[in-house]
Amino acid sequence: MINFQYLRTTTAKSAIALLGKDKNAKFLAGGTNLIDLMKRGVTAPEKLIDINHVPLKQIRQIGNKIHIGALASNTAVADHPLIKEKLPLLSRALQAGASAQLRNVATVGGNMMQRTRCGYFYDIEMPCNKRQPGTGCGAMEGFNRMHAIFGTSEKCIAVHPSDMCVALIALDAEVILANAKGERKLSFKDFHRLAGDTPQLDNNLKADEMIIGLEIPTNNLAKNYHYLKVRDRASYAFALVSVAAAFEIVNNKITDVRLAMGGVAHKPWRLTASEIFLKGKEASLTNFEQAAQLAMKDAKSFGGNDFKLKLAPNTIIEALNLAKSKA
Amino acid sequence: MKSSEQKPNQGDSRRDFLKKTSVITAIALTPGTAIKAAENNADERFAELFEKIPLKLTVNNKAYQTTVEPRVTLLDYLREELHLTGTKKGCDHGQCGACTVHVDGQRVNACLSLAVMNEGKKITTIEGLANGDTLHPMQAAFIKHDGFQCGYCTPGQIMSAVACVREGHANSRAEISEYMSGNICRCGAYPSIVDAIIEVKEGGETL
Repeated sequence: MINFQYLRTTTAKSAIALLGKDKNAKFLAGGTNLIDLMKRGVTAPEKLIDINHVPLKQIRQIGNKIHIGALASNTAVADHPLIKEKLPLLSRALQAGASAQLRNVATVGGNMMQRTRCGYFYDIEMPCNKRQPGTGCGAMEGFNRMHAIFGTSEKCIAVHPSDMCVALIALDAEVILANAKGERKLSFKDFHRLAGDTPQLDNNLKADEMIIGLEIPTNNLAKNYHYLKVRDRASYAFALVSVAAAFEIVNNKITDVRLAMGGVAHKPWRLTASEIFLKGKEASLTNFEQAAQLAMKDAKSFGGNDFKLKLAPNTIIEALNLAKSKA
Repeated sequence: MKSSEQKPNQGDSRRDFLKKTSVITAIALTPGTAIKAAENNADERFAELFEKIPLKLTVNNKAYQTTVEPRVTLLDYLREELHLTGTKKGCDHGQCGACTVHVDGQRVNACLSLAVMNEGKKITTIEGLANGDTLHPMQAAFIKHDGFQCGYCTPGQIMSAVACVREGHANSRAEISEYMSGNICRCGAYPSIVDAIIEVKEGGETL
């Protein structure tokens, strides 16, 4: 690992001030992705600002919103009674990610900021437009079994690896960001970006900003929900395809529905057309199948990931079925 | 518990080392000019990056006070500085769990934590589990149930297993498998590892 300067701070204000002083500085929270990337030479910040002692770990309800601090650990969020009761979809998605050891350290903000696990991004001998813009995409015609089928660009077909973020986009979360001038709110769906012509940018966080936390509106989706993650082994592997599904049924009709996928795009992928279709309809297998078909409308595969064109709709249907059977 | 202050491996600072080596190299090359360059602090700005920083932490109930380069992981610090080699380096990338230790009671991968991030923390490694010559119940159960073959992953497995029971995630074979999934055993001793954990859990001892 290339050495760096290490700074530690205890307030968000001073963290933001330190970040503003140096373009080559990065925040260090759990470090479970950043330290790995530094070991592999994918990134080499000159300064790390350790923010683990900044008091942003609270998890609480204020009015009809649940607030989660950016530095709450993945374990703390997944196991918190409030989250288990009011946002069980988020709890399940978090438990589907990584291992107990990693979840103990990984934070909410860090989970949002984690980089793709594309092998060409990680191997610094390989071309990668995300790591080094202009060098080409090794995955496009290479090993692309894990790669995207939605919203791809000619420059990059990497996927965002998070499970937590799939649940958060489905739950209409908002992200609180701060810089030296103040705070702003960003809808979670606008936090991550598609690759487009700038695959080096994963998200819309500005260079002088810090993630402060999340606000998630309470909902009536705590009864019929499921997070289904399909992967190469039963646990501790990134998703081939994952689906967050949740709905509310009143008088046999779906009154609210949320559907999002992971492992299929450069960002967590909300299935808006499928949601619109399902709203007001019966929670039946036929309707689930049609919703899944709608979700696949613009899918495009690259050889190694052709199987996802079938796996994805099947996973949507199964997740909806499992959500329904929770009734 | 007895606590002592230890200062392991307090040698030359990296800055001194750089200064010395640059002088030595310089002499080997072109004596006159290079010695001049070494003397005029040309290395100073560069050397700042390698500055060791102070670190205080407790490992297996012993207090340590030292200085460490920021890039040294907790794993390398434990193994190379404290010579606690029970904690293993498997993948060094957070994929295998061989380096699992407890930090303030929680299991973590020591390979993905910088030593300096652990200022003031209490670390427990596999060496800190037994009570003198009396094995920890989890260690004894692993031996009884053959919870290993080559043994390389075992320290990490045992540290993770103790945490798994403490967390309350050892209520069924399926739950144990899920919550032990961060520890890979390439010999495939998984069924015996689960047997050992179940025995300890059912023994009901406070771990």
